[in-house]
Amino acid sequence: MSQLAVERLKERLPDAVSDAYEGVGGDDVAIVKKGRIEEVCRFLKEDPELLFDMAPYITAVDYLGEDPRFEVVYELYSTQKNHRLRLRVPVPESDPVLATVTTLWKGADWYERYCWDMYGIRFEGHPDLRRLYMYEEFVGHPLRKDYPLRGRQPLVPERPVDEPWRGPGPAGRD
Amino acid sequence: MAKDLETQQAPPDALEASFPTKRMHLNLGPSHPAMHGTVRAVVDLDGEDIHSMKLDIGFLHRGFEKSCEGVTWTQVFPYTDRLNYVSSIMNNVGYALAVEKLCKLDTPDRAKYLRVLTSELHRMCDHLTLVGAMGLELGAMTVLIYAMEARDILWDRLTEVCGARLTSNYARIGGVARDLPPGWGEKVEKTLGRVTELREEIDKLLTRNRIVMDRLLGTGAITREDAINYGFTGPCLRAAGEPYDVRKASPYLVYDRVEFDVPVGTRGDNFDRYLIRMEEMKQSDRIVRQCLEQMEPGEIAVADYRYVLPPKPEVYGTIEGAMAHFKLIMEGIKVPAGEAYSYIEAANGELGFYVVSDGGGRPYKLGVRAPGWNMLMALPQMLEGKLLADLIPTFDTINMIGGEVEQ
Repeated sequence: MSQLAVERLKERLPDAVSDAYEGVGGDDVAIVKKGRIEEVCRFLKEDPELLFDMAPYITAVDYLGEDPRFEVVYELYSTQKNHRLRLRVPVPESDPVLATVTTLWKGADWYERYCWDMYGIRFEGHPDLRRLYMYEEFVGHPLRKDYPLRGRQPLVPERPVDEPWRGPGPAGRD
Repeated sequence: MAKDLETQQAPPDALEASFPTKRMHLNLGPSHPAMHGTVRAVVDLDGEDIHSMKLDIGFLHRGFEKSCEGVTWTQVFPYTDRLNYVSSIMNNVGYALAVEKLCKLDTPDRAKYLRVLTSELHRMCDHLTLVGAMGLELGAMTVLIYAMEARDILWDRLTEVCGARLTSNYARIGGVARDLPPGWGEKVEKTLGRVTELREEIDKLLTRNRIVMDRLLGTGAITREDAINYGFTGPCLRAAGEPYDVRKASPYLVYDRVEFDVPVGTRGDNFDRYLIRMEEMKQSDRIVRQCLEQMEPGEIAVADYRYVLPPKPEVYGTIEGAMAHFKLIMEGIKVPAGEAYSYIEAANGELGFYVVSDGGGRPYKLGVRAPGWNMLMALPQMLEGKLLADLIPTFDTINMIGGEVEQ
């Protein structure tokens, strides 16, 4: 449907797009180089034929063991043209920094904070890059594949539980 | 004494003079009756005006995505129930559609109708909850009681289909869990009649009510451009004048076979958001009736045992059935490697699932695009410079659901 977007992107910024393909279900996907993401997004938003005025979802994936390790995924939508495009940006573990797109879409704010909180990918130029869900004292990034599923970091020490069926309350209470 | 008072003269402009105020910080939440869910808002107040506001979320964060990476694709369904717990079937359906997109699986017609039918009933429940809670917080407790009655009789009907009021766990990859019980259609029509009565009562109580209009008209307004920029979807975006509805923009399931209208507002304020919810309930009513009419008996799930559990007589009677059952339970559905983003129109907007599979039985990554996220994000901008009292109805009408926003 939005083949147009991919073609125009390749035509105008050929060296910023390393690959483009049609994903499952006919979604258009473009793989964008890390340093060029802001430029690509600005072009997609402002080009009069594309007008991607909304960024409904931004997330990240940790492909542990692959190089580059992370990938940030931008799902874009145009309310005026009713088309969508997905941008995938590979991000290496050694330099997990991207330019922010909050200057283009204010809605990207919390999604970028989410990516920082959960995957440890920083966004340069973000106005307030704090953790979104976890507390400030939290060490590490929980959605990374090398963070254990049952990893616990309580802020107040947890009381030992002798009998897991009864819970940590005083003994002798029914 | 009285004489003393008489001799004291108030300055002539005393009534108009501004009241001496001082700046203060107010902590609303995380546990506050008017903050649904557990959101903490730090409000910087100047008298009664909100000078600035900061939100702090994550108190309900329970690691939805991390948990999903540790279980099979089918075991994720109960977790999705807990995203938007008021309209859980829509989460089930959204997730099922995302996995089916990756598997390139098409469901039978009856399953599609069942999904739409139950989703629309749940959309009504969601909107009823919003309207009822909003009424309660504006001082109209009657509305809450009426809305709860309507919601509960709808939940009764859904319980007859899926066995639970809230955690429905109804959709499956490749279809739905159960077919409708006999005689259910007539019962639903009766229920819808009662819901319509109650909705009209609520409409009479609220829509032209002076207090409600004063509290809602013009408060929490956002322009169309800002709403799009913030990524609003659903009723909140449509209230701002942008007619984007996934059911019309890119129809899924059977939404292209049923007739319904999409209400669009003009002001983008709380009152428009409320009116759109009221109208959408009417439209859902229409969709449910059309589904009941158009639906024909048939299969409720694909007969492909790589995805769907075989019927029990086959499991116990044939070796193929037993093997398929064992494989599905122990290893899970083998979803082809790849990534996909699938989105549906949930009660509050676009509910998206970004799924990545490595070809194994468990999700490699499952990202949830919760509709309430963007609306909550924009709350400080919608309220800065407004009264503290406007925060409550605005928080109501954006209908942020802690379960899905905080995952």
